[in-house]
Amino acid sequence: MKKEKGSTFIDKIWDMFASVKFAVIIFAVIALTSIVGTIVEQQVEPEKNIVVLTKLFGESVAPDIYNILFKLGFMNMYHSWWFVALLLLFASSLIICSIDRLPRILKLVNEPIHPIPVEHLGKMTIKKTLDIRGKIPDIKQTAETALKAAGFKPSEAPTGNGGLQLYAEKGNLSRLGVYLTHISILVILTGGMIGSFFGFNGYLQLNEGETSSVAYKDPTTPIPLGFEIRCDNFEVYFYGDSDMPKDYKSWLTVIKNGKEVMKKTIEVNDPLKYEGITFYQSSYGTGMDTDSGIFVLRVSSKDGKSAEINPMLNDKFTIPGTSITGHIKYFSPALALDPEGRAYTYAQQMLNPATYIEFTEAGTQKYSGWFFRRYPNTWILPDGNKVEFVNYWGVEYTGMQVRKDPGVFIVYFGCIIMALGLYITFFMSHRRIWVDIARKNDNIKISIGASANKNRAAFEGKIEKLARILGAGPEGKK
Amino acid sequence: MDSSTFFGLSTVAYVLSMILYIFYLAFRNNQIGIIATTFAITGFLSQTLAIATRWKEFYDLGQMGFLRAAPLTNLYESLIFFIWCLMLVYLIIEFKYRNRSFGAFVTPVAVLALAYIDISGMSRNIQPLVPALQSNWLLAHVMMSFIAYALFAISFSTGLMCLILRTERRNETAYIFWTLMLSVFVITLGAMGLDFLKFKLVVTGQEELIHNYLFKASFRSGSALVSALSWAISIAVTFLIWRFGHSLKKIIEGFHLSAEILDDLTYRCIATGFPVFTLGGLIFGAIWADQAWGKYWTWDPKETWSLITWFIYAFYLHSRLIKGWKGKKAAMVAVFGFLAVIFTYLGVNLLLSGLHSYG
Repeated sequence: MKKEKGSTFIDKIWDMFASVKFAVIIFAVIALTSIVGTIVEQQVEPEKNIVVLTKLFGESVAPDIYNILFKLGFMNMYHSWWFVALLLLFASSLIICSIDRLPRILKLVNEPIHPIPVEHLGKMTIKKTLDIRGKIPDIKQTAETALKAAGFKPSEAPTGNGGLQLYAEKGNLSRLGVYLTHISILVILTGGMIGSFFGFNGYLQLNEGETSSVAYKDPTTPIPLGFEIRCDNFEVYFYGDSDMPKDYKSWLTVIKNGKEVMKKTIEVNDPLKYEGITFYQSSYGTGMDTDSGIFVLRVSSKDGKSAEINPMLNDKFTIPGTSITGHIKYFSPALALDPEGRAYTYAQQMLNPATYIEFTEAGTQKYSGWFFRRYPNTWILPDGNKVEFVNYWGVEYTGMQVRKDPGVFIVYFGCIIMALGLYITFFMSHRRIWVDIARKNDNIKISIGASANKNRAAFEGKIEKLARILGAGPEGKK
Repeated sequence: MDSSTFFGLSTVAYVLSMILYIFYLAFRNNQIGIIATTFAITGFLSQTLAIATRWKEFYDLGQMGFLRAAPLTNLYESLIFFIWCLMLVYLIIEFKYRNRSFGAFVTPVAVLALAYIDISGMSRNIQPLVPALQSNWLLAHVMMSFIAYALFAISFSTGLMCLILRTERRNETAYIFWTLMLSVFVITLGAMGLDFLKFKLVVTGQEELIHNYLFKASFRSGSALVSALSWAISIAVTFLIWRFGHSLKKIIEGFHLSAEILDDLTYRCIATGFPVFTLGGLIFGAIWADQAWGKYWTWDPKETWSLITWFIYAFYLHSRLIKGWKGKKAAMVAVFGFLAVIFTYLGVNLLLSGLHSYG
């Protein structure tokens, strides 16, 4: 810390950034604004947040509050200039605080341990004295061995009258662990900044068989990839008969300058990487382009004549042995009924495929309705004829998150440093020990003093052990 | 026997041990204490068996790697694991410090979590894993997060006890702070108990039912009278705790628990929990998110709230190590930190939307 308050403007700024109070204020402001960011959903359509705000503040003021928050950048706040500025202020405070305290810590780290007067040992946080019989050289030998066994490299200094003092320290560098942790935060922030300046986050939807040379930041902003990517195939696997996907995979091929350079099957948790761009499996669906979808239907009349047919949307077919014609009018990959009984498609995935067929006989409409692949009871027509909805082969598309982030390795590196820094900070300590051996009348008086900047109790245990070893020294104990 | 039998057994044992620990605190009878510990250990052992059985059941069902079948995939399983960690840490402390009086402060947290499982009617079925959860990071990330949460829960209990011991006057901030915290805790437990008594027959549903059942027997009751009465009773309880809080102090003092030990224990739990949380919760979480979603940090509510929690505990450690805060001030930060943990863990899933919706 500064001994006197700085007088120049720069000194004042420095002192402000170096103060814990300032750091705490920045901490608090980041935390509080972040809370707002978790309540107001980020980067979504305005209606969603107006609903939330209406619940919190009432209908009359909600739109106004929305507008104010919108102008302040709260709808995409983690990327707003002021939030980035807060993070930078936080980083500066961290740097300046660290530099400000560094000399003191370095002194503690570099200053070698030296012998201290025996009276001072009694004032240490960990202390122990014992009187034993024996010869100083023997006791010294035992103490040295025990200290070495505990990982210390003891030095020796004479204290007069034939006495001596052994002293040692270890883990002095552990005081720097906290700096490692602080540096790691800066490294991670740097990696994050690099990623957001030089990288991109995009999305790409590819039908099976389709090729693309761009990804999309948003529907109107394509980003060139520098190569082409083709989706050869897409499959989704479910748990038993449920809607719940077990796994979905895309077979991808990377094409550069007209040549296939890479093939890989991606799935969730296993992306494809090429030239710094990563493709993550994130969603899937059935293409809305239903022109190419093929139905597999087994049509049978009530007297048992049956045929398997493969019509497409808008095709017509006849029930064998009758003059009834079916007309496939609609298809939905996932059909549900709303409370009023109206049908709607609830997902783009093949969760509950259904088709709407209209039946006519001799030009007059007989009946019509939805046929669900999963519900056989919907297959039977009122007159006993039957249309089994066996399958639908549609073009499926794969949805991929596309990312380029040159900063990600820096972030990972920062994470490793952070783990290391935390380990050193919390699980290692700077331990110092002095063992004073002096003649006292006929006996030998051993005084042990020790200190540890962390986890004192564990070190105390070690000192107890050392005292026991010395007490049971070569000449027996007292 | 299947996992649910063991879970049932452990629930009963934990509830009994909580009651006995509280009796032990009140009557200072050693035999009661021993029985309380016995129940706590029984509960812990049967819960261990339950988790192991469930792991096996999940493994048999899921056709996947053994490590990936860790039963840590939804809110129910994570709460169970949290309780398990909490009791483990607690039992270690009880044996190490040879003092049972923490029990009366820790077991209610476990029982609160169990009560919450019961009344929220959350799904206990073994559900197959959605693709995003099929990763080896699941075990490391979730396990370490919950070990940290359990340590933070202990620091909350010891911090609260430390505040009880250190406060003298009824008008000091720290006294008002702890009586208020304890009241909120007691009232929540009570309200959940009422929900449980009233709705236990209809508990069948899913996690959405949390919205429909939580506090419906009291604060959120359809009848305005019941709701008003609940608030009145809450205020009365808060007042009583505030008025007679000092008697708790006498009880704790009777156990020769010094504020220094409690302060030290709070610090140690946080100093262990913080690095575990940073590594397992934040760093492993980020690495996993990077692999699954293509972004290591998206400012998702869960991520943001864990960062806020991390800030609070970082503040605790800095205030202690740099400014030398001890006792009351530090304990208040520790108690406050655990509120952030609860919100990160439960509040985010209940109240906010985001990618991280498994628990």
